[in-house]
Amino acid sequence: MSTPTITAAVTIAGETVPRVELTPVAVDLLRSLWDEYGPLMFHQSGGCCDGSSPMVFMAGEFITSDQDVLLGRFELAPAGEPSQPLDFWMSAEQFNYWSHTFLTVDVVPGRGSGFSAEAPRGVRFLIRSELMTTMTPFAGTVDTAGTDRVEADIAAPPAPISPPTARV
Amino acid sequence: MTVYAAPGTPGSKVTFKSRYENWIGGEWVAPVKGQYFEDITPVTGKPFAEVARGTAEDIELALDAAHKAAPAWGKTSATERAAVLNKIADRIDANVEMLAVAETWDNGKAVRETINADIPLAADHFRYFASAIRAQDGDHAQLDGDTVSYQFHEPLGVVGQIIPWNFPILMAVWKLAPALAAGNAIVLKPAEQTPVSILVLMELIADILPRGVVNVVNGFGLEAGKPLASSNRIRKIAFTGETSTGRLILQYASANIIPSTVELGGKSPNIFFSDVADQNDAFYDKAQEGFVLFAFNQGEVCTAPSRALLQKPIYDSFLGDAVTRAKKIIQGNPLDTDTQMGAQASNDQLEKILSYIDIGTKEGAKLALGGERADLGGDLTGGYYVQPTIFEGHNKMRLFQEEIFGPVLAVTSFTDYDDAISIANDTIYGLGAGVWSRNGNVAYRAGRDIQAGRVWVNNYHAYPAGAAFGGYKSSGIGRENNKLALGHYQQTKNLLVSYSENKLGFF
Repeated sequence: MSTPTITAAVTIAGETVPRVELTPVAVDLLRSLWDEYGPLMFHQSGGCCDGSSPMVFMAGEFITSDQDVLLGRFELAPAGEPSQPLDFWMSAEQFNYWSHTFLTVDVVPGRGSGFSAEAPRGVRFLIRSELMTTMTPFAGTVDTAGTDRVEADIAAPPAPISPPTARV
Repeated sequence: MTVYAAPGTPGSKVTFKSRYENWIGGEWVAPVKGQYFEDITPVTGKPFAEVARGTAEDIELALDAAHKAAPAWGKTSATERAAVLNKIADRIDANVEMLAVAETWDNGKAVRETINADIPLAADHFRYFASAIRAQDGDHAQLDGDTVSYQFHEPLGVVGQIIPWNFPILMAVWKLAPALAAGNAIVLKPAEQTPVSILVLMELIADILPRGVVNVVNGFGLEAGKPLASSNRIRKIAFTGETSTGRLILQYASANIIPSTVELGGKSPNIFFSDVADQNDAFYDKAQEGFVLFAFNQGEVCTAPSRALLQKPIYDSFLGDAVTRAKKIIQGNPLDTDTQMGAQASNDQLEKILSYIDIGTKEGAKLALGGERADLGGDLTGGYYVQPTIFEGHNKMRLFQEEIFGPVLAVTSFTDYDDAISIANDTIYGLGAGVWSRNGNVAYRAGRDIQAGRVWVNNYHAYPAGAAFGGYKSSGIGRENNKLALGHYQQTKNLLVSYSENKLGFF
């Protein structure tokens, strides 16, 4: 049976639409890392060098706080197997700027990643993003837009893609 | 024009070993677990050396060597240490081309930058801290007629340093020079993307530094970086990298109750007020160049001016001129001195940049230049090249809020001074910024109002050793460069001395 895409369960109070998913190749890699290290967690990094990428740590290794948002929880285990819950976190201040986008965790060949667990495998987790139809991006930001010409373009962005429904 | 011969071909300025061990106690030491990984040159995407894949066991060996060396090194006089630092600087100066080619091959950056900036600056940083440590005095205060407080600077002992890949040698030196000047012994972990050039430097200066004063262990973050950062055998950890690992580093430091300095990137605004275009003169030309500096080092700079803010009256004209200028950026073989933009440092870095170009387009940003991977042909086809890319949009877009660490510029407009400052400060970061104006009052006020540790006024991307560098907000804690950096590597000893024969009288 081929590996499925896994969509995270909704964890933000008041929301009903998922925010994060794993590509099949990400699922395979995470299951393999789980076999090696045990329970895992994601924290989306910002900033320098290896940043702006999802970091996978041993669950509980990275101490989250009220300054972080739990974007979703994956069930990594195949149906019928013991549960393998994997949380996806982001700092609250970063989420302020990311909240209108649906995130897909993918894997690319790469080298190096802060303290993220996949680096020795010669691969790297990568975020791909889509606009969410359920969010209103850039509300109240017209004042900070570029020239009138740019504003006109922004007023009619490409049609956003509907967030995917949960797939198994 | 010069094209340096590629390492591994006849006439190359540098000859790499086929395998690099860890550098511990002044000699090559094979990794305990016997594992290695390949170092890939971003110039061609091909491996050129094997590098030790260090683990906790190797970190312990390096800490052993550092602890053995630290007491004697910490007792040397500032004069002696300054002499050592100056000798290192002289050795670097005598080998600029060799180190520059090594650095370009390891990192992918254009050799004109390594020759003219990275390597000479590294030498200068050693000289600066050689001077700074000799000029540093302790403090004393006569608290009353018989009581004097003396404050001494003491080394911390053994410190850990984790280095980024964007300026592998220079960023190592930013941390090494003040730590050495202050009398510490060091265990340093380079980035796994660029593990070799710093080892070329260590070998070059091996006869100058006492054994064990600087130890280098390569490997991956989880396997080598974490054991170093979380060790209870270091008295300080310095890190440059991203925010999640930065928070982990601070967490480990809190467990050991040791200080930590972290530099975690930025999304630096570069503000151009209308008056820059009052005349089409040398200053306008300088400001235009200041805009195009987003492409310096392929955009792989924590302080890259990755958000350009243009005042509305000059938005179209200034941007038009700047796009024309950016179109002329010469991309090519990084070993060609005419090349202005080389390769991104790794494949995953390339992929990340392309993913941000993708979300920028989806968010409705308007592409003004570039936007694609560049195929430079021949051997370079496998390398990691991206076109200089300029987007127009607004500050709430992720393109404007996340550090892409690539040659991708996000441009927007502002109406007046308050609008400019509001947009500039609407970011979680606060590392760098640029302000361009012919009006000194405006430029000064903007420089003070922007929440960033370094604001360049009417210039950009200068990194003199004497100017303090570090972040506000989520860009980090601590300062590098400048004599302030010494304080991050020193303990304060207070001797409170009574020169009175009379008892206190309490008991």
